[in-house]
Amino acid sequence: MSFINYSSREINCKIVYYGPGLCGKTTNLQFIYTKTNPDLKGKMISLATETERTLFFDFLPLALGQIRGFKTRFHLYTVPGQVFYDASRKLILKGVDGVVFVADSQIERMEANLESIDNLKVNLREQGYELDKIPFVIQYNKRDLPNAAPLDELRRQLNPSGVQDFEASATTGEGVFETLKAVAKTVLSDLKRLSR
Amino acid sequence: MMDTQLVMYEEDFKKILAVIQRLVRDANAKGIFVVDKNGQLIAEAGEVRGIDTTSLASLTAGSIAATGGLAKIIGEDDFPVHFHQGARDNLHITLVGGRIILVVVFDDRSSLGLVRLRVKKAGTEMGKIFEDIQKKAESEAATGTSTSPFAEITDDDIDNLFSE
Repeated sequence: MSFINYSSREINCKIVYYGPGLCGKTTNLQFIYTKTNPDLKGKMISLATETERTLFFDFLPLALGQIRGFKTRFHLYTVPGQVFYDASRKLILKGVDGVVFVADSQIERMEANLESIDNLKVNLREQGYELDKIPFVIQYNKRDLPNAAPLDELRRQLNPSGVQDFEASATTGEGVFETLKAVAKTVLSDLKRLSR
Repeated sequence: MMDTQLVMYEEDFKKILAVIQRLVRDANAKGIFVVDKNGQLIAEAGEVRGIDTTSLASLTAGSIAATGGLAKIIGEDDFPVHFHQGARDNLHITLVGGRIILVVVFDDRSSLGLVRLRVKKAGTEMGKIFEDIQKKAESEAATGTSTSPFAEITDDDIDNLFSE
C-alpha cells in the first residue's frame, strides 16, 4: 500500500516484478539501476544465492520527481522466480501497489510463464487482491533470442484481458524503461482514482 | 484483509518523533527507526547519519515478514521481538500493533535489559498513536473526507513526471 507522508511531503509506492525463474526480473532492476541518475536512486539490494539466483528479493528505491509538491518515490522489488520459493514470493507481494509480470519469450518457457502467472493470481488473492483490479503490465522479455515465441502467441496465452504489454530485452535495456513508466503511471492513476 | 493506505499528517509525525526521541535518551540508544511493515521508513531519531535508512527499512520489513512466515509454520501468530547481537552494535526489533516496526540500534553504552524495558513503554504509546491514525483513515474513508493530494492531480501531472 502506498504511504503518503504529509510531514516529509513524500509518497511511496511499491512495485513488484514477478515471473518465472531466470526470466530477467533482476536484470530489469539492474538495468534501471545502472541507467538512473545517482541522485534519484538508492542502493540496490540483492538477496541472492552464491550462484546469483534471487533468494528472497531485490530492492531498488527510485525517486521520480514531484507531483503537487510531493516527492514521488517508487520501491521496486523482484520476487525469487524458482517454484519452491513460493513462501517468499507471498511475503513480497504484501502491500503491493503495482505488478510487472516479466515473461520469458523463449518458446520452451511458455509452460513456466503460465504456471507463474497462475501462481501470481493465487498469491495475490491470498492477500486480498485481484490481478485484474490492481495496476498490472506485462513485459515479454528476451525478444532478441532466436527461440522467442511469436508475440501473438505470447499475447494470446498470457494477456487475454489485454493489459498494457511491452517487448523487451533486459540485457540490452530495450523496453525496460517503457515497462517501468507504464506501471508507474498506472499506479499513480489508480491512486488518483481511489482518492476521489 | 487488505491494509488501508497509510497517511501520516504532520501532527501524528510529531507525536511519533517525540516518542522515539525520548526513547533514544531513556534507552541510551544510538538510533531508532520506525518502519512500516511494507518496508517504508516513517521516522528516525538519534545518531542515524551514514546509515542507508531506505535499505534498512526494506530489509527490516523483509526480515519481519520472513520470521512472521516462520512463526506461522510452527503455529505462532508472530515473533514480535527480535534481537540481533553484533560485535559492537546490536539491533532490537519490535512489532507494534501488527503494522509498525520499531528498530533500536544500541551499543555497550546500553544493555538489552534496559532497551527491552524502555521499548515496552514506548511501544505501547506508539501503538496508541498508530491506532488513532488508523481510525482517522477509516473515518475519512467512510465519510469521503479524504484529503489525499492525489484527488486533485491531473493526467498531465503524471505525464510531466516522465517528460524527461
